[in-house]
Amino acid sequence: MSTAAQTAPAPAIRVENLSFFYGRFQGLRDVSLDIARNRVTAFIGPSGCGKSTLLRTFNRMFDLYPNQRAEGRILINDRNILDASVDVNLLRARVGMVFQKPTPFPMTIFENIAFGVRLYERLSAAAMRERVEWALRKAALWEEVGDKLDRSGLSLSGGQQQRLCIARMVAVKPEVLLLDEPTSALDPISTAKIEELVNELKSEYTIAIVTHNMQQAARISDYTAYMYLGELIESGSTDEIFIKPRKKATEDYITGRFG
Amino acid sequence: MDARLHRRRKVANGLGLAVSAASMALGLAALAWILATLLWNGLSSFGPDLFLRATPAPGTEGGGLSNAIAGSLMMVTAATLVSTPIGILAGMYLAEFGARSKFAAATRFVTDIMLSAPSIVVGLFVYAIAVATVQHFSGWAGTLALSLIALPVVVRTTENMLALVPGSLREAAFALGAPRWKVSVAVALRAVRGGVVTGVLLAVARITGETAPLLFTALNNQFFSLDMSRPMANLPVVIYNFAMSPYENWQRLAWGGAALIALVVLGINIVARTLFRDRVRA
Repeated sequence: MSTAAQTAPAPAIRVENLSFFYGRFQGLRDVSLDIARNRVTAFIGPSGCGKSTLLRTFNRMFDLYPNQRAEGRILINDRNILDASVDVNLLRARVGMVFQKPTPFPMTIFENIAFGVRLYERLSAAAMRERVEWALRKAALWEEVGDKLDRSGLSLSGGQQQRLCIARMVAVKPEVLLLDEPTSALDPISTAKIEELVNELKSEYTIAIVTHNMQQAARISDYTAYMYLGELIESGSTDEIFIKPRKKATEDYITGRFG
Repeated sequence: MDARLHRRRKVANGLGLAVSAASMALGLAALAWILATLLWNGLSSFGPDLFLRATPAPGTEGGGLSNAIAGSLMMVTAATLVSTPIGILAGMYLAEFGARSKFAAATRFVTDIMLSAPSIVVGLFVYAIAVATVQHFSGWAGTLALSLIALPVVVRTTENMLALVPGSLREAAFALGAPRWKVSVAVALRAVRGGVVTGVLLAVARITGETAPLLFTALNNQFFSLDMSRPMANLPVVIYNFAMSPYENWQRLAWGGAALIALVVLGINIVARTLFRDRVRA
């Protein structure tokens, strides 16, 4: 790891020799890296390089699909989460995820947020209302929807829907937030709002974000990892990767000569 | 730009449009004709008597269809109550849990056969197991036959509707730590509930007019009866009997019953379509 990473707090996620298979196709090749606690780590690279695949191992999303499997170790709080004995539902409550396209549930704004909370907590009606407001404020959405919580989540604009998804994730009180190209389906203004939000959330959460947009990675991340063809080519502090990458391949991608 | 090619496309387009418009007009005309004939002949017998008085004895005047209406309502309601929960649960199993299992593949295959099985076969089957064995016709046997016809419709619509739920919505629910059943019931099924309700309503519309399965199961009853364990009057069989009879009064009532069923089925379909359209827009 780079010198910047050594001065950072203990990693929130440690990936050791991770390989990933879609049936016979190998999507990740021997990836090892640390993801710093309470920092934003961005994953960049051309389409199909494995950055989303890597993100989806952190909450074992791939478990849903029978012919996908991971080898190696992913340590969160010193526990290998790839271990068969890990309760994946509990893991996913601790490691939240937001996807490329906004995915509001077909219910009211209030219910969208209460849904996840109810899975693992029994709250009184008043406490639930408080939690919903808290989560919506965290996602910078309260000002816009505070007076229409009983409207359908589907009635919101795309950018609002995505912030609703972030509120829904935060409401469960996870430790890690995984963002899989959260702004690629959004307009520039909504994108700016989400980026601002990421910046605010990182003081309390470890954030891993996959992005196609290099400017975005440069703007919002503390650490950047460049991936290509399922391999981790280079990772380090974002300044270092963007200003003075150690590897030629990284430099070519960053400067737009490739990809 | 090639002007000739452009002209040819315009001609082909015009032709295509004309043929499809003509087909639509033909279909609509047939439908309008049926509805008009039914209403023309049937509406004259509409009145309080139709709903309040039982079927008349042969050769007498007056009377109504109250026994047949009550019988149809009871059997269709009971069949809906039986087939809806079973159908929705089976459809959920097929779509959510048994995607790759042999058991699910077999269930799907059998459901498809049931879906296209002639209703008279279902009637005979129920006759063999629920009428011949107890030696008398009954409303329950009719209910069973109607349930068997409605069931595959509900199973397949539920499965097809759930297949429309995008994987991303399911993943989003899983990503919050929701267990599989919760994702299926609270998110996936909820997302398509309008479509599932539509399926149930279409199944109701289908069994409301079924005659063959009731011929050898519920049979008929000349008197008003709410006892499901005895032979039961119902609209389709009464229409069948009365329409073929030589008595003018009976024929008139048969038209009335036919118009009533047509209007009810039309109403159910309109409600179903409206519900579904609203879901899609949301």
